[in-house]
Amino acid sequence: MMGTQFFWLAKQELVLALVIFLLLIIKTGSRTYSNTSVLNLVNALLLVNFLAGFIAPADGILFNEMFHTNTLVTIEKNILNLGTLIVSMQGYEWLKTHKHVIEFYVLLLSTLMGMFFMISAGHLLMFYLGLELASIPLAALANFDLAKRQSSEAAFKYIISSAFSSGLLLFGISLLFGTTGSLLFSDLPALLTGGPLQIFALVLLIAGFAFKISAVPFHWWTADVYEGAPVTVSAYLSVVSKGAAVFVFVYFLYLVAKPMAAAWYTILFILGVLTMLIGNLFAVRQQSVKRLLAFSSIAQAGFILVGISGSSQAGSASVVYFILIYVLSNLGAFGVASVVSALSGKESINDYKGFYRTNPFLSWVMAIALFSLAGIPPAAGFFGKFFLLFAGAGKGNYALVIIAALNMVIAFYYYLRLVRAMFFDRADQEPIPSLDLNWYPKIGLGICLVGTLLLGFFGHVYEHIYSISIPF
Amino acid sequence: MNLSLLVILPLITTLLVLLARGGGQVKAIALTGATLQLLLALFLLYAFGKERSAGDHSAMLFQANYSWFAPLHIYFHTGVDGISVAMILLTAFVVLAGVLVSWDTSFQTKEFFFLLVFLSAGAYGFFISLDLFTLFFFLEVAVIPKFLLIGIWGSGKKEYSAMKLALMLMAGSALVFTGLAGIYFKAGGSAHSFDMMQLAGGLIPVKVQLFFFPFVFIGFGIFTALFPFHTWVPDGHSSAPTAASMFLAGISMKLGGYGCLRVATFLMPDAAQHYAPWIIALSTIAIIYGAFATMMQTDLKYINAYSSVSHCGFVLLGIGMLTRTSVTGAVMQMVSHGLMTALFFAAIGMLYSRTHTRMVAQLGGLLKIMPFISTIFILAGLCSLGLPGLSGFAAEMTVFAGAWQQPSTAYRFATILACASIVVTAVYILRATGQSVLGPVTDSHYEQLPDAKWNEKLAGILLMAGILAIGLAPFWLQQLVSPGAEQIIQQAVKSVTIK
Repeated sequence: MMGTQFFWLAKQELVLALVIFLLLIIKTGSRTYSNTSVLNLVNALLLVNFLAGFIAPADGILFNEMFHTNTLVTIEKNILNLGTLIVSMQGYEWLKTHKHVIEFYVLLLSTLMGMFFMISAGHLLMFYLGLELASIPLAALANFDLAKRQSSEAAFKYIISSAFSSGLLLFGISLLFGTTGSLLFSDLPALLTGGPLQIFALVLLIAGFAFKISAVPFHWWTADVYEGAPVTVSAYLSVVSKGAAVFVFVYFLYLVAKPMAAAWYTILFILGVLTMLIGNLFAVRQQSVKRLLAFSSIAQAGFILVGISGSSQAGSASVVYFILIYVLSNLGAFGVASVVSALSGKESINDYKGFYRTNPFLSWVMAIALFSLAGIPPAAGFFGKFFLLFAGAGKGNYALVIIAALNMVIAFYYYLRLVRAMFFDRADQEPIPSLDLNWYPKIGLGICLVGTLLLGFFGHVYEHIYSISIPF
Repeated sequence: MNLSLLVILPLITTLLVLLARGGGQVKAIALTGATLQLLLALFLLYAFGKERSAGDHSAMLFQANYSWFAPLHIYFHTGVDGISVAMILLTAFVVLAGVLVSWDTSFQTKEFFFLLVFLSAGAYGFFISLDLFTLFFFLEVAVIPKFLLIGIWGSGKKEYSAMKLALMLMAGSALVFTGLAGIYFKAGGSAHSFDMMQLAGGLIPVKVQLFFFPFVFIGFGIFTALFPFHTWVPDGHSSAPTAASMFLAGISMKLGGYGCLRVATFLMPDAAQHYAPWIIALSTIAIIYGAFATMMQTDLKYINAYSSVSHCGFVLLGIGMLTRTSVTGAVMQMVSHGLMTALFFAAIGMLYSRTHTRMVAQLGGLLKIMPFISTIFILAGLCSLGLPGLSGFAAEMTVFAGAWQQPSTAYRFATILACASIVVTAVYILRATGQSVLGPVTDSHYEQLPDAKWNEKLAGILLMAGILAIGLAPFWLQQLVSPGAEQIIQQAVKSVTIK
């Protein structure tokens, strides 16, 4: 039963585990290693890890249905791998002088491993274990600017809020077990009757998910944590961690909680609208680039929720497609913020005045990323966002389209504020000097730029995702 | 002929611009690209005429259909009728003239020409699209280049103007999007479609039309300075660099007019009929308000910007009147105004780069010093006030003639009011041109200023040729546009007779 099948199905997790062990061996075995050689090695390994994901995707289950995988899951993991690789390359400037670079990667890859198990889970407890593995090391990562007090504050906020959300999840899971007697994803749909206790359990579970993807009203930790944590970690949080949570959320709602679709449609719809509205309104007044991106990522979560609420095959395909685009565009924006922060220490919108005159390439990367987040063509975000909205409006709810359209105008305003600072304004004080980048961050940013610009023109990417995504 | 070439050619040009080294190469590439665009557009006109005279009377010619996002029924469906061909020609003229007048750009040359040529790709894509999604895509593609062109290379309160323009246009797109989503989901039962040719012909239920028509019409209306959403026009135009002003007023505002016609009126004829009084009222206000507001302006760019509000009012008036002649006139007015306003902005730019002022009161006696620039300046003015023999007359006359065909007293009253605005136009145009180029020389250092250079002359001649070609022989344009207008109107008229 086990044997070769195990190696094929859990291939992505195994490769990741090998990388983690290798790093641990280096850490314990050698006292003298230079950061640059570690970074070279890790980035190469991450590239291998990413490419290995494309080899022979297989369908199947392991461990008595605890673990499952298929083409869609493999693609989702590949997207997360891509995000991690880009984050790692963009963090080069910050990590090359850091004292604990190996620990950083061990923690980072452990969380990624947790996310993989979470996505592949076929049982709610397995899912919960993956979730914890994905959250707890992240708190340590948020604290990785060891000298900064803000960084430990961020870590503390993250661990408390994530413990709270885990509590909600566990409560929901136990209620579900109490009413159905099973936690297997394959058993649950038949056992769900939509009774009041089950609805309560569903609400608790959705609340737990909402924490992870920072949806209103569970978004309060987001801005503070993103601001305090090192930019590399914030980028990882906002893209990879959120992406993983969204993937599981869709899987859970579309396959497991399908009999209760009427109940969660309303919840998701209201949460989605509130999330985009509040995220956007708060973003308008931010002065710090990190906080701006934090609130923008809350608003994006609102769009994702709206897409999920569409409950159709187009809905699930659009969500995966959007996350792929979101990885590229959000990492473009965070990547620039990350190098600027690492090399000049500046993080406020005012500091970006006159940025275009000194750093044209970085300005363009940032601007295109922001346009993509705002949903302006030809950037890929346009397609991602519109497909989500089409999925959401598929139920015939036009109030939604109107609210979303209004939100896009608000969002456009604050993204343009940053573009305006970079391109139009003259610096009041000394502008950020011309930054000399290593080629790692350059490649990382380049992938984001090219991906954001071109992805929308290849319709068959969407078609492929559509063909394998979860029908409803 | 493959219509995608119209989009591919500018895209290749932008790519080459990016790869070019130095300002000289960039300009040479941009100029070559823009010239090829014009040749391509002229060839399209020729091929279109040949096809039509060979007896092909299908609604859209040169259709092609490529799958883009098949699961969502999104296709890149292209095709043109006479209206689109006219708009494509206009675009090609203005882009080439715009590249020519920007020849002396020295700051960030590469980015400037990149954005300028990129804009034209958006405009062509918009005019050839028969799929609502791609049409919307190209409409939005053009927003960011405008924003950057004004903000980086503009003058005056450019940051404010750029933000205002971008946000208002974005709001317009948001409205259009809402309407398109409604059409997509509500038309023709369960088979969702963005294809205009499928949707046309009353497939959209009347109730849906009545609800979504205002979204689409106002959304596109913002682009074409529909009163009271015209406020971005004066600020945007006056802060933009010359070529961008030409592009904004010459092409970008026409995207809105074309959208009002092709999407709103063509697809939702019942609603167009229903809302016609509103459209006519608003456009009459725009015509008169624009004319009087222009009277109060002292800055040449503001004069032209406010007069654009007034002139674009004629476009909307023609659309609102819903007769074959009036819609033909609306399209002719779009082309005519595009050429005329581009020429006007080009002349103002040339004057400004020499005298460093755009204030009417500070200029004077320039005709003797710069005969060429002053001549095109006066000519653009005369075209604006509707002098027979120039394109403005032919276009506005057609609109009036078409509008008068509507028997309703209120409509005729609106037509008379709109006609009367021409007197106001004459006042402000004659005052502005007279004061700035005739009379005594106001500043002695003007005496040494040079006349137009080769590139400026070429741009001026090009646009002038267009204006004269329409003004002296309007019938070719009328015949080109009229069948398309007929097709759009047919739906609306049919819907009345059924009731």
